[in-house]
Amino acid sequence: MAKPIWMRVCLGVLILLSLAPHDAHAEIKIGAVTCLTGALSTFGVSSIEGAKMAVEEINAGGATLGQSIQLIVEDNGSKAGETATIVRKFISQDKVAAILGDLTSSATMEGAPLAQAAKIPLLTPSATNVAITRIGDYIFRSCFVDPFTGKIMAKFALDHLKAHQAIVMTDVKQDYSVGLTEAIVHYFDQNGARVSNTFSYSSGDTDFRTQLTGVRTAHPDIVFLPGYYTEAALILLQARQLGIKCPFVGGEGWDSPTLVQVAGKAADGNYYTDHFSATDPDPRVQKFVQIYRAKYSTIPDALAALWYDGARLLALAVQRAGSTDGSKIRDALAATRDFDGVTGRISIDENRNAAKPGVILKIENGQPEMVQRVIP
Amino acid sequence: MDKLIEVLQQLVNGVSLGSIYALIALGYTMVYGVLRFINFAHGDIYMLGAYSGFLLAPLFAHTFKFGEFDTFTPENTLFILSGAGLIMVLSMMICATIGVLIERIAYRPLRERPRLNVLITAIGVSLFLQNMTQYRLGADPKAFPQLIPVYVIEGLGNLTILTSQLAIIVATIILLIILRFVVMKTKIGLAMRALSFNPTACSIMGVNNDVVISFTFALGSALAAAAGILVSMDSPSINPLMGNLPGIKAFVAAVLGGIGNISGAALGGLIIGILETFVVAIGFPQWRDGIAFAVLIVILLFKPTGILGRVEREKV
Repeated sequence: MAKPIWMRVCLGVLILLSLAPHDAHAEIKIGAVTCLTGALSTFGVSSIEGAKMAVEEINAGGATLGQSIQLIVEDNGSKAGETATIVRKFISQDKVAAILGDLTSSATMEGAPLAQAAKIPLLTPSATNVAITRIGDYIFRSCFVDPFTGKIMAKFALDHLKAHQAIVMTDVKQDYSVGLTEAIVHYFDQNGARVSNTFSYSSGDTDFRTQLTGVRTAHPDIVFLPGYYTEAALILLQARQLGIKCPFVGGEGWDSPTLVQVAGKAADGNYYTDHFSATDPDPRVQKFVQIYRAKYSTIPDALAALWYDGARLLALAVQRAGSTDGSKIRDALAATRDFDGVTGRISIDENRNAAKPGVILKIENGQPEMVQRVIP
Repeated sequence: MDKLIEVLQQLVNGVSLGSIYALIALGYTMVYGVLRFINFAHGDIYMLGAYSGFLLAPLFAHTFKFGEFDTFTPENTLFILSGAGLIMVLSMMICATIGVLIERIAYRPLRERPRLNVLITAIGVSLFLQNMTQYRLGADPKAFPQLIPVYVIEGLGNLTILTSQLAIIVATIILLIILRFVVMKTKIGLAMRALSFNPTACSIMGVNNDVVISFTFALGSALAAAAGILVSMDSPSINPLMGNLPGIKAFVAAVLGGIGNISGAALGGLIIGILETFVVAIGFPQWRDGIAFAVLIVILLFKPTGILGRVEREKV
């Protein structure tokens, strides 16, 4: 009897599945999802390098619950919709104990509700949007949130740069930029300083002279530029061309070598806040930079450091939980206090967000140098 | 007086932006003239023009000392301009070749098919060019090398005009004069006009239509490449998707001026550029991209043939 073709295919798939290797000894599985290809691939690659380094160190330091930790890495290709599929695979196929990721806020928003429904703890080391941890009590983050960045930008401008009359330039197409602007204006208002005007632009614009002409007439002490590096670089360049001399202050959205490449000399003398700086003299940071450089032959960026800390924090929580049970790991994560990370001392607050310091960098001769660490 | 300066200032900004749209719009309108179809991959030729300059400039950086001058002086002006001009001409030649190849490979086999097929193919070509560039050269923005020193021209009082803006306006005027000469005074220009008037009669008269169409693509693509280089001198950050919006806005400009009409495309480009600048200046920067499409809707409703377009009767 000739079997229909689909039956043969099914049979073939079954045979292949049964040939798949079984783990000789059980491992604690942690699923990691980030963007290894596509538009954000440079971020994704360094994030996973940081996470892998952390897991290797933990495994080398001794077994966790008598088993080693296995990091299952999946790539979302920088595409919308992929993270949800990957998280589903982690839960139903890989049966992971916990999930690390995603890298961006929008991707994390896709995966987090699935992890919450399955009661699998999910920790994102780098998604800063406030709404993420509100999804549920199994969703954590080990970085600070957008309003905090806005607050430290404003605080630094007031205390350190003695700026009292400021202008904000907002990218109205980015929630990140709009959120930061609100936080900056709020902090300035509360502390007796004044944001005299806000100018808006949109991601993708290349000509900012119209807005900058307005900035020039206002003669501010400082200009806040809470946008991403693509536009920030051109704004800095065009501002200096128009003869605007006051410093510009940005957030971690500036953190890319492209900023200095495009803006050139116009980038010098400006400040931005970030999660981490490889120029931080702290011995813990310098040791991390040294080991990372020996391993991957590049200087770690903020994402490598954030994911290194995130992976370690999650692995240590599994150790403390003494079990791979989702609710026990959740409780251990929630109880994290004073975790000593390379991006600073991290405590998880009651909203499952991280309270931790940020750093301020100044660009000098095309190099971002750390100015100070700001503790909230 | 201040208000007058302000208006004048935004007018200069608008004209320099509009010149770019005009250069791109010419390609749309010329191709429409000879083939009656919209080449939606044209905006990506503009992007490839910028990338050609980006890849060519390092080869000549040593010879022409790119980025080493801070200002124009009587001694170095000619030297700087010849360096920038060389990069521009080479990029125009590269893009002209690419334009001809695209027509030969993707559009010509479909010429006798329904016009919708080739229109959709053009969108496919556009996606191909964007994604190929992302794949080969990376999706992140690249810093475009400094071909000419960019600074505010002195002695104009409160009026701020940058050397790069002046370069855009002057280069556009020169290119428009050359184009006018080619189309009106040369044999191939005559053939182009004849072809747009009636393709069948044109080939009966012994004109090789394929050659004329290839030439039209070369001409349009060269102008788009020039626009890409000029824009990158002014805002030196380029990325593989940079052709998207300017391409669509230039298309609107071509429709506004009357598609198929060369002077109309230049006029439409300037109008869109100036409108866009004024919308931002009066405090609606979110409407920057919207205004072009608002104009498109109004034009299609009230004067579908555009400002300088002629009415075509449907022949039965």
